[in-house]
Amino acid sequence: MENNIALELRNITKRFGTKVVANKNVSLTLYKNEILSLLGENGSGKTTLMNMISGIYFPDEGEILIDGKPAVIASPKDAYNYKIGMIHQHFKLVDTFTAAENIILGNNEPYNLKVVNSRVKDIASKYGFDIDPKKKIHEMSVSEKQTVEIIKVLYRGADILILDEPTAVLTPQEIDKLFTILRRMRDDGKAIIIITHKLNEVLAISDRVSVLRKGEYIGTVNTSETSEKALTEMMVGKKVDLKIERAIVEKKKPLLEIRDLTVNSDVGNVAIKNVNFYIRGGEILGVAGISGCGQKELCEAIAGLRPISSGAIMHEGESIVGMPTREIIKRGISMSFIPEDRLGMGLAPSFSTTDNMMLKTYGDGRTPFVDRKSARERAKQLIKKLGIVTPSTETPVRRLSGGNVQKILVGREIESSPNVIITAYPVRGLDINSSYQIYDILNEQKQKGVGILFVGEDLDVMLALCDKIMVICHGEVMGVVHTDKTTKEEIGLMMTGSLDKSEIKEFGKAKDSHLTDEQWNDADKGMGDNNAN
Amino acid sequence: MQTKIARREPLFHISKNDAMPFGKALAIRICAILAALLVVGILSMILIKENPLLIYMSMFEGAFIDVWTLFQNTALLLIFGLAVIPAFQMKFWNLGANGQVLAGCLAAIACMKFLPEKYPEISNTVLILIMAIASILASCIWSVVPAIFKAYFNTNETLFTLMMNYIALALVDYCVFTWDKTGSGNLGIVNLLNGRKGWIPDISNKYILSIIVAVVLTAFMFIYMKYTKHGFEVSLVGESVNTAKYVGIDVKKVIIRTLLLGGLICGILGFLYAGSVSHTINKEVGGLGFTAILVAWLANFDSLVMLLTSFFVVFLDAGSKYVSTQFQLNSNDYANIVVGIIFFFVIGCEFFIRFKIQFNNKKTSNNERVGE
Repeated sequence: MENNIALELRNITKRFGTKVVANKNVSLTLYKNEILSLLGENGSGKTTLMNMISGIYFPDEGEILIDGKPAVIASPKDAYNYKIGMIHQHFKLVDTFTAAENIILGNNEPYNLKVVNSRVKDIASKYGFDIDPKKKIHEMSVSEKQTVEIIKVLYRGADILILDEPTAVLTPQEIDKLFTILRRMRDDGKAIIIITHKLNEVLAISDRVSVLRKGEYIGTVNTSETSEKALTEMMVGKKVDLKIERAIVEKKKPLLEIRDLTVNSDVGNVAIKNVNFYIRGGEILGVAGISGCGQKELCEAIAGLRPISSGAIMHEGESIVGMPTREIIKRGISMSFIPEDRLGMGLAPSFSTTDNMMLKTYGDGRTPFVDRKSARERAKQLIKKLGIVTPSTETPVRRLSGGNVQKILVGREIESSPNVIITAYPVRGLDINSSYQIYDILNEQKQKGVGILFVGEDLDVMLALCDKIMVICHGEVMGVVHTDKTTKEEIGLMMTGSLDKSEIKEFGKAKDSHLTDEQWNDADKGMGDNNAN
Repeated sequence: MQTKIARREPLFHISKNDAMPFGKALAIRICAILAALLVVGILSMILIKENPLLIYMSMFEGAFIDVWTLFQNTALLLIFGLAVIPAFQMKFWNLGANGQVLAGCLAAIACMKFLPEKYPEISNTVLILIMAIASILASCIWSVVPAIFKAYFNTNETLFTLMMNYIALALVDYCVFTWDKTGSGNLGIVNLLNGRKGWIPDISNKYILSIIVAVVLTAFMFIYMKYTKHGFEVSLVGESVNTAKYVGIDVKKVIIRTLLLGGLICGILGFLYAGSVSHTINKEVGGLGFTAILVAWLANFDSLVMLLTSFFVVFLDAGSKYVSTQFQLNSNDYANIVVGIIFFFVIGCEFFIRFKIQFNNKKTSNNERVGE
């Protein structure tokens, strides 16, 4: 039995500064031939713990045993020598290199691509990867890049693999494929730790589950003897109701109508192509798609941040194309986009909560001075209402945890009482409690008659929250489906472009539009002319 | 393989220190200055074989020997710093304060020199007004051209403003060369023998005017950056251009407006140089421009703190130059060494304020533990 232990952590403690204890007395055992899920809310110390195993951080207290012997892992190089490999959430690959070149990067071995290519192919066929070693990274899809990352680790002979949220960027079909590969690796004797937020995946893939909460080790259970509910309780520390109530609200006229919209990306490619859709008051329209399929460009175009190539965007029957951003905000269109780094747009990281509260309203009033007093009041109210954890209203938001930062952004947007909310990845990286708080807020707004465009990642959530889901693939609409009448698998197929419903039926043109067909035609032409100038 | 593995933990690691209490940060800075003085002292003993205490005393003495000049120089440096603060807060790296002041001063001097020749009946008040306007206009042109290029073509403002400095310097050279009839390459004090036309009347003495202007501008800049809508926009553009666009700010407008403000202040400074401080123009007029950048950084772009940092820099400079003369060192090299060492420590200590070094306390090596 002893020999079966691949990795053992004993009483690991890691502090950041004097106040933050990221890991406190964590003990963990990982056996060979097993997949262990590491579960915990945001900020519970999962990534910190894994970083200590992979040599990025060094524990303050406690010890790490590998194959029963104490190990000192002071650098990623040491981790590599101990045959530990980590696949990070954000890929660390050189875009202009091929897969094979990336795989041997940093290895002290003769540069012989022929040998590398054949070894990569061996590994791929052993576990069932699909990979072309000669393909360049920038030509690859997200899931291919991930494959390269995994093979890179296997190529170096890793026996212990750590995957940090590997499924966040994949479609349901790709997730299934990844899981099959992981199981094969497990049967081959590898020890695997997988970090994920999604409970259904935990149950599907792992043999055992270890739970962390606020940096402390809560316990380990066998997956076969547990349930989603029990795991959530371990994670959160109390019973949580994991239900999203989808309220039925009386349909109103379309608030936002978009016809034949084409938008270019930063580098000039077509990012959104001939897209038609509309949002009514009191409905949530989901947008599903693999990340980077034009979601950002769509949101920015509506918010007036990105010029459009052609098409029309109508808000309550009036064109908002070419309107200054400030005018669009005044009309009640709120856009919040949470990028991968979570701070890129919408908030100013080193500004205080108060200053961030007044980002959109600082210009109000006639004096040349900003009104910080009322902003402070609003900040206080928001902190109270959403339970935002911050030392004071004057602390820079960059010092708050991700969840709290997002609550400030979403909270501010809703406080401005918009009539259209465009929100992209509002729960990106949030823990369960905060996520459900945000779903509740969105539902509340929907019941007030606000029209919501929800760009999301988690299909389960989208199926529960949204009324309809528009699926896009490479900037084109594959169809709009009612969430009552579809399945996750169907949406997954549409996301990859294997199923195109738009050929069967025309989508996205409201029967009770604000404009007649003739007016639409004029609008389209008018826009075209404007843009030509 | 096993031999490669580290047997010992790293000795220390560095982590970010986000919120150091003000008192502790101040203590670190004071320690840094003390350490710098110690090093300077040791070096002085070795190099010029003098008692360091004597040197420090003479430094103080020298700095305060002419209190008015000390304060005036502080005021001038402070105004320079105020001119770069708004652009820097916006992360627009304006290295052109130098050239902006030169351009302004040159315009003012030109008015001062030629207007009375052409219109002998011109009144002094009108002449001074025209000088002020000309100086401000010239400075604004010098600052707004890089701003326009940055806003519309995203050119690199660092290089652009530097280049503008060289243009201003060359222009000054050219003008002095053509205007000066003596061939000395030196313009001399303008209008000294010509009824002091264009000289701003002294308020009790010739130093106070600069000091008053500096104080007023400091107060203005403090309020502008902290409490006004414009200041808020400047900080936001510096913080994240994306976020600024997202909330509907016209970033181009903010860049140009902010640089115009910087130009305005440089123009006032150029006018002061021409009308009150030096009554002439030479390359040295803009010479404080780069020191001002240092002063602004040291103060973390806070106008009130800059009162202290600019005084500190002027004090060091004056004091160490005096030491050079007192101890007959024949050159300013010693002064430069002293100033350099003190800055090294003062700036270097910021590292210890922003980051924390933690020593790992357990030092048992892997071998010992296996042997237990």
